[in-house]
Amino acid sequence: MDAPVIDLLQLYPRDMNIYGDWGNVLVLRKRLQLRGYDVRLHEYNPGDTFPDQVDLIVGGGGQDSGQNKIQADLHQLGGRLRELADDGVPMLAICGLYQLFGNFFKTHTGEVIEGIGLLDVDTIGGPKRLIGNTVLESEEFGTVIGYENHSGQTFLKGGTQSLGTVTKGEGNNGQDSTEGARYRNVVASYLHGSLLPKNPAVADFLVRHAALRRHGSFDDAPLEIPFEEQAREDAAARPR
Amino acid sequence: MRHLLATLAGKAVKTVAKLRGGGSALPGLVAEKIDPNFLPRTLGNLPQGVIVISGTNGKTTTTKMVVELLQGQGLKVFTNRTGSNFTRGVVAAVLGETTIGGKLEADVAVLELDEAHAVHFVKLVAPRYCLLLNVMRDQLDRFGEIETTAGFLRQIAAATTEAVVLNREDPRIAALADSVTADRVLYFGLAPQLRSMFPSDDDMRSGSTSDASARPAADVVLSACEGASATFTVGDRDIDAELKLTGVYNIYNAAAALALARTVVGADVDEDALLESLEAVTPAFGRGESLTVNGKPLDLVLVKNPAGFRLALRSFPPAGFSTMIAINDNYADGRDMSWLWDVDFDSLADAGVAEVSGVRANDMALRLFYEDVPVRHVDTDLSASLQRFIALEPDAPKRIYCTYTAMLALRRELGKLTEVEVVS
Repeated sequence: MDAPVIDLLQLYPRDMNIYGDWGNVLVLRKRLQLRGYDVRLHEYNPGDTFPDQVDLIVGGGGQDSGQNKIQADLHQLGGRLRELADDGVPMLAICGLYQLFGNFFKTHTGEVIEGIGLLDVDTIGGPKRLIGNTVLESEEFGTVIGYENHSGQTFLKGGTQSLGTVTKGEGNNGQDSTEGARYRNVVASYLHGSLLPKNPAVADFLVRHAALRRHGSFDDAPLEIPFEEQAREDAAARPR
Repeated sequence: MRHLLATLAGKAVKTVAKLRGGGSALPGLVAEKIDPNFLPRTLGNLPQGVIVISGTNGKTTTTKMVVELLQGQGLKVFTNRTGSNFTRGVVAAVLGETTIGGKLEADVAVLELDEAHAVHFVKLVAPRYCLLLNVMRDQLDRFGEIETTAGFLRQIAAATTEAVVLNREDPRIAALADSVTADRVLYFGLAPQLRSMFPSDDDMRSGSTSDASARPAADVVLSACEGASATFTVGDRDIDAELKLTGVYNIYNAAAALALARTVVGADVDEDALLESLEAVTPAFGRGESLTVNGKPLDLVLVKNPAGFRLALRSFPPAGFSTMIAINDNYADGRDMSWLWDVDFDSLADAGVAEVSGVRANDMALRLFYEDVPVRHVDTDLSASLQRFIALEPDAPKRIYCTYTAMLALRRELGKLTEVEVVS
């Protein structure tokens, strides 16, 4: 009896990986392996062939130069990604990819970069970078802890749900206390640090929906990961 | 008169600050306030002018090498030794060396400058030469983006009047050649077979190294490197050197220092003396320097960004060593812990890690758990961790990877046990 397989795809690891995004992949893989799944990792960079079987998608932050490199490719991929999201494929989009999953990014020079509209959010280049340790309260995931570093200010449109409400830090735009966005099984956020190692509730949400969609069942026994809780407490107590 | 006042006031504060212990930038602040032209006047008159060294990784070690290479060529060199690589720290260092009349007795100044502060400095004093090492993810929470840092270095390159020395292997540094207004651009580089040892942030997860498209000819190439033995190719000659430095990235910096020193000295260079000086250079403070504790070596390795940490792990095989990692997240370290997830720690899996410490010990321990690296103790208390580290394996040589403020704290603790030059 072979172990059940989960196909995990990293989007643009070459150009969008500056904030420890590999950490999110490692954590998802480990948490699946500990529960008896065989994880197949796929990388997708501009011009690659998109794999037929994808159960879970992770993508991260890039610098402006990295984002420029992937934009055209992402637009071609947009329809496919929207279909997968509509169909319940869990995705994690951090920072730069969060912005490009939205409707558009308007830079402070007035240039408009089109997003793929997977999320109903708009982003506008802000006057200063929002940087520092961040804590949110989320109805779904409890306390979420991470680190933000972005100048784009993102605004949720048309009833789009946030990931949570900031209790420390600036969040989406520094104005309305929201942080991140949710759609079906897609989680989008500015938080890195990396996000998933210190937020197992978010990691397990993604893993659970990947397993349920592919295999129809998921054993939800909690995992005992050493240092996890202590690392959360340490991070939450640090200055901004 | 103003200059004299600034010098006297600065010197007075420096003496008081020394008595109070520390405060390397305070006298500089006083001198700057009284005479904003203090630096241009003092440094601008040096016969060989000012050399600026900047970049993300390796500034301190490279600066030390350049200083010793130039001294070996008979030059009297002024440098900012206290590790205070901001303008005010430079002013303070100048104050320590000027005569009461405000004259600096030196032929040339070799200054290590932090990328952001270098921009401010070159507006005050145009460097005659600069050496730009690399741009990597470091303290992104301070500068925002790598491109921002590259932009700082671009301004240094543009302000330099005589010659600019660039790292051919770092695409963001090589690209700065466009902005050079000086007559000469020189490069240091790696032989193709060594390039895979130096992954850049861009190559991190894509498994390939940057495309080997047309690279300019380099004046000094590191063509072989085995332990502390290295071969540098200069023009069509190979120079074999037995160095006192360890770590392949320190040795690559030696190629940078050679390229710069040869440019500064020019046609009169004494090749034998150059090699002699190079072979005599010992590591800078906390850059793979080896202390002795209970008769056993203890190496301190400063880590501050993913590329540097990766290179350090590659440079120092863990077999036979007891390893400790100390991670702080103070302002000088960078508050964002993301970088720990961009380093591969699997090389530590066999030997394991004896102690994980620092403010963010638990983040580091969690990182190691996800890489299947066994960890013996995790303790945010640096002092307790260090004592246990030394006591539990008294006979093993030891190595501590640490962030900047963790290193300062560890050096203070180690100072109670052994001879350590404590830098405030």
